[in-house]
Amino acid sequence: MMRLVTIVTLVLATAACEREQRRFTEASPASGVPQTLKMGQLEPGGSPQQVAIQSEYEENAWAISEGKRNFEWFNCVGCHAHGGGGMGPPLIDSRWIYGSEPENIFATIMQGRPNGMPAFRGRIPQQQVWQIVAYVRSIGGLTPADARSQRDDDLFYKKPEARTPQKGPEGQPGRRP
Amino acid sequence: MNWPQSMLGAAGPHAGGVESLWWLFFWITAVVYVLVIVATIVAVLRRGRPVDPRDPAASRGAGVVIASATGVTLVLLFILLISSVRTGRYSIQGLADPSHVNIKLTGNQWWWDVEYESKLASQRVQTANEIHIPTGRPVLLKLQSTDVIHSFWVPNLAGKKDLIPGHQTELWIQADRSGVFRGQCAEFCGPQHAHMALLVIAESPDKYAAWLEAQRHPAAEPPDEMAKRGRDVFLSGPCVMCHSIRGTGAGGRTAPDLTHLESRLTLAAGTIPNTPGHLAGWVTDAQGIKPGTRMPTIGINGEDLQALLKYLQALK
Repeated sequence: MMRLVTIVTLVLATAACEREQRRFTEASPASGVPQTLKMGQLEPGGSPQQVAIQSEYEENAWAISEGKRNFEWFNCVGCHAHGGGGMGPPLIDSRWIYGSEPENIFATIMQGRPNGMPAFRGRIPQQQVWQIVAYVRSIGGLTPADARSQRDDDLFYKKPEARTPQKGPEGQPGRRP
Repeated sequence: MNWPQSMLGAAGPHAGGVESLWWLFFWITAVVYVLVIVATIVAVLRRGRPVDPRDPAASRGAGVVIASATGVTLVLLFILLISSVRTGRYSIQGLADPSHVNIKLTGNQWWWDVEYESKLASQRVQTANEIHIPTGRPVLLKLQSTDVIHSFWVPNLAGKKDLIPGHQTELWIQADRSGVFRGQCAEFCGPQHAHMALLVIAESPDKYAAWLEAQRHPAAEPPDEMAKRGRDVFLSGPCVMCHSIRGTGAGGRTAPDLTHLESRLTLAAGTIPNTPGHLAGWVTDAQGIKPGTRMPTIGINGEDLQALLKYLQALK
């Protein structure tokens, strides 16, 4: 009897695992792009505190890995590398020129920023932009650690990138969080 | 959508070897099966007199029967082994011919990228999910993968060969008669593995040369105003991020080349036939047709969709 209860509990517990859920169809086909983002401070009727955007993708490992794939496919790596930066600013440090909240990063991708960041509005479906936002925040360490696998969704022959390095740069011991 | 995909209708030398081997196995095992069943029935039905196990003559008779049956089994197994090894060796051997066609075939989740190689950049041809080959001429396939292990398998032409990320494998194929042969990815490669088919279209050398020449041309200009608008929709929307259409600004390399989309028989790697209705369905809701495919739901409005379809259908 005890064993049965344990098994049933374990089976039911798996229903709570949303980390690996794959939601392929979210936006209904042929739906327009809604305007959810506020672009300025001024608006009629006073300005109450804006409701923070909760991005479900930040807790979903598959969405983050999709964000990573699109980060490469859409050539974000061309300027930002894999977060280390190059022609564009790095994304793994704590300095965020235009804000680190999901809506800030979303706006940066959609609208572009002066001195080089292109605007991707209309070029990337909104759902994929949110996935890229989740990935960008994950490499900066801003998302929950359990979903932050930073893996590719295909053949994995390297060690996970989020793993603490055994050996730090220039022969120093690896950083332990 | 009913193209043959069977090793029993061999259209090339390698597949022919496999087919003969199959029939050899079939007939030998069929004869052995029938003999064993007949011997069992005879043994059950025969009511002989009881045999004394201590009688030396009776046990000698049984010994001879067992030894000869074992001997025949051994000989047959060796015949099967040797012919199997011979066929295997033959089918991995190259079909050396200086005039062979070189094709680079890259597996992706879940489609096939096809590139006809040439020393001249202007003579290279990029297409997807369909390989045209001339009859009677060997073709060297250089197989690669960008993500996971896939496997190339067109049973009418050759055996299987894996496509491995970071490692190029090679496979020779040759078609001796014309026809359309269906192939299928034969190594589980993710949720849409079952919808990763390709077609090999074997045709006469003249037809093949004409096809190749047509493929070398950049995309056709849009024939009317609506198609022109469709081209603008394509070039200003999300399509351009992944797809390429030679002759326009679209140069994405992560999705199938659409330069001559209308010359192909299927869409989405053999998932649906290439008809206007299916194309509209695929553009609007690819995730509904092939859940998990890399083609996202783009959210396109009706007028833009009609214009886009008009343009895509003009890509002959």
